[in-house]
Order: sequence, then C-alpha cells, then structure tokens
Amino acid sequence: MTTPSITAPTSLRARYLLRIADTCLIHAQRLSEWCGHGPILEEDMALTNMALDLVGQARALLTHVGAAQPQALDEDQLAFLREERDYLNMTLAELPGRRAGRDFADATLRNFLLGQWLLLTWQRLQASSDAEVAAIAAKAVKEARYHVEHASGWVVRLGDGTEESTRRMRQALQRLWPYTTELFDTDEADAEAAATGLGPARDTLRADWQAAVAAVLADAGLAVPAETPFRSTGSRGVHSEHLGYMLAEMQQLQRSYPGGRW
Amino acid sequence: MAASRTSSSALFPAPELPAAALGALGVGGVALPPVPPRAPGQGRVERAWAVLGGVADPEVPALSVTDLGLVREVSESPAGLQVVVTPTYSGCPATEVIEASIRQALEADGLGPVQVSQRRSPAWTTDWISDAGRERLRAYGIAPPGRCGEAGAAPAEQPVRIVARGVACPHCGSARTERLSAFGATACKALYRCLACREPFEHFKPI
Repeated sequence: MTTPSITAPTSLRARYLLRIADTCLIHAQRLSEWCGHGPILEEDMALTNMALDLVGQARALLTHVGAAQPQALDEDQLAFLREERDYLNMTLAELPGRRAGRDFADATLRNFLLGQWLLLTWQRLQASSDAEVAAIAAKAVKEARYHVEHASGWVVRLGDGTEESTRRMRQALQRLWPYTTELFDTDEADAEAAATGLGPARDTLRADWQAAVAAVLADAGLAVPAETPFRSTGSRGVHSEHLGYMLAEMQQLQRSYPGGRW
Repeated sequence: MAASRTSSSALFPAPELPAAALGALGVGGVALPPVPPRAPGQGRVERAWAVLGGVADPEVPALSVTDLGLVREVSESPAGLQVVVTPTYSGCPATEVIEASIRQALEADGLGPVQVSQRRSPAWTTDWISDAGRERLRAYGIAPPGRCGEAGAAPAEQPVRIVARGVACPHCGSARTERLSAFGATACKALYRCLACREPFEHFKPI
C-alpha cells in the first residue's frame, strides 16, 4: 500500500513561497547526506546543523502555505507527498553534493552560493506584507547569516589553499555556476509577489548577490565565471535527473506507512 | 577576573533525568531557583511564572525556560492558562519537548488545563537571556553570548566573514581563546578552547 500524491497548491502566491520552502528543504537533504562523511568532525556537525536550520525554515513556510489552501494541507503532506514536478526548488539545491564525481568543494560552494541567495531573500522577506512570512524571515535571517559566514570562510580556505584544493574549487565553480542564473529568473509569481508586497521579485536580488559573491571569490583567488546561455528550470518544476532519486529516498517512509509519525 | 573553576561534574551532567526533575534538582550544583511554596490567594498567573522558573531547558539544563526568555506571555482565559513561547532556532528539536515540559510542570502544580502556543514575532534573541541566566551559564561552563545590540541592526551592512570573537573563558576568565568549531553539540552553541587554562568550553552564540 502506498499513500497517493496530494494535489499541489498552484496559486501564484503558493508557488512563490514553495520555491523558497522547497529550496530550503532540498538543500537541507543534500547537506544532511554529509552526516558521518564530513572531511573533519567539525564540518560534519556544521553541515548537519545547517541542515537542521534549513529544515526548520522549510517546515515553517510549508505549514504556512498548507494552512492557506482551500483544503488545508500539513507540512508533511507538502514535504513528502508531492510529485516531482510539484517541487519548485532551485535546481542548484538538488545537484549531487558528494556522489557522482562531486566532492566537498561542490558542497561548500553550493552552500555559499545558495546561502547568500537565501540570506538576501530572508532579509527582504522581513518586510513582507504577510506577517507570518515576515516573522519566519526575521528568525531565518539570523541563521542564514551564520551559514554564509561559515560557508564563505571555507570557500576562501579551499580556493586559496593548496594546489589540490584550489583545483577542486575551480572545478566545482565551473560545474555549479551555470545553475546560478536561475536564482534570478523572474516570472508571474515574482511579479505578483512584488505587486502585493509578499516578497521581492528574484531579479532584484541579483546586484547584491553578485557583489557579495564576487568579494568572497576574489578573496579566494577565484575568477567569477562568465555567464552561459544554459538555463535550469527547477523553480518551474522541471528538474534535473537528480531530484527523482532523491525524492524516492525522502518519500519512501510516508509513501509506505501512510501518516506515519514518530 | 579570576573566577573559580567549576567542578568537572558541572560540565558533564551524567544522569539522564526528566526535564522537570532536572529543573527541581539543578545540574552539577548549578541549581535553578526553587519554586516558592504556594501562598494562599496567590494569582494563578504569578504562580505559573514561579513554576516556569523551575522548568529546565532540555538542551541547556542549567537554564530555565524563563532564564532563556522563551516564555513571552502567561495569561488566564476561560479555557485555562495560556502560555506563549517563542522558538529559539527554526530547526530546534527541543521546541516540542519544551512545550510538553511546560504543560507538564504547570499541570503537576494544579494549574491546568494549560494551552501552550508559539509566537514567532518578534524573533527570539540571546539578548533575552536574563542576567541570572548568563551567570548560571558561566558557572555551568558555557560562555554566555555577548549582546547583539539593536535587534535586526543593519544586517545588509554587516560583513559576512569569519570574525574573531573575543569570547572570555568561563573557567578562568581569560580572553585568550580560540574557536575550534563554529557549530557545537546543539544549534545554539559553538566550541572554543582557552589558550590560558587549556580547557575546552562551549559558547552560546549571540543571535
């Protein structure tokens, strides 16, 4: 017996918030894969602690989105019982972090690039016209700041480290950079969010993000890669080949044991 | 400042006791204030605050939930006592345990029925930890957080880089300390060591 999928919320408002919630959730799942595999014990704890914060942020937003649906959905239904195309995370969040030829440099760099985007997003959402979103953001912004501080320290350490660490960080940058364009893709959900004061349109975060990222990459001795024509589309529900496998793992318990709690 | 060293048992609370019991006993000699005996005619709300002062945080049992500033409001309603708490970190796994121990402690004191609800805004800050709480943290071997200053002050301008924070050693008071790990055993703490007395210690991160 398996639990059937829910009908995912489709309003522009829900889509806008799910993008952020799903990015936190999927990013957290990737970070948590490092549990027991960190290069040093301190990093093992750091990556999983950050995952915990991100899961908490995702839970708060999913609960809020679910409660506003005509037929209320809870956080678990939204987190575990959607079809792949109903997840709206940025593709960058779902890319493998430690398998398939990726390594700690990928995990660290993604943590920084995405963390910086989340930090800017939360900062702006503190002024949301939705009081609950503003409250969630006010809490999350403190956590995100600490994540970025930690991740940027590691980007500099690896980028400006040994020959080997520099080489790996450069490779990770080449692999991940094309996926950052999507972070600032703007569509009708962004337009409505900006119009209603729910939150910023993604393209308005670009300049601050680029400035912050360029400063850290410069300290790390890494050149900012050129923009490529490649466009990833996870935030529109069209994902890379990696998300399906990840969801199969994430959803297995809820699918097999309907309503399971512990 | 040459504060006396705490006994090593203060650092390692060995027995796993329920939160309510820890609250009553204190841990490693760092006792939470005892709940005063019930005075006749004392208001239920005042009584509830006194009881909450003895409810230990499950992850930092040296502190009570009121020391941490987690309890935002206690009020009386026709449906019973209403307690409003604020979460510390978005993903803090202790949130549910805290709510349960609050309910349990109040009901055990005959103050039930009790409803515990969450309030996110304004966001919890370590600035809400009481002075008594900070002192108890230090005595427990955890360096208390510095002040964050104005809540939400200029986050955009704050440089986001690893910075050396002058955290004083809770054992010997020396400021010659270094960070070993940005994240510790719980989301709210980082791991440090003292270069003067060579002892490792935890630091409650200011947020």
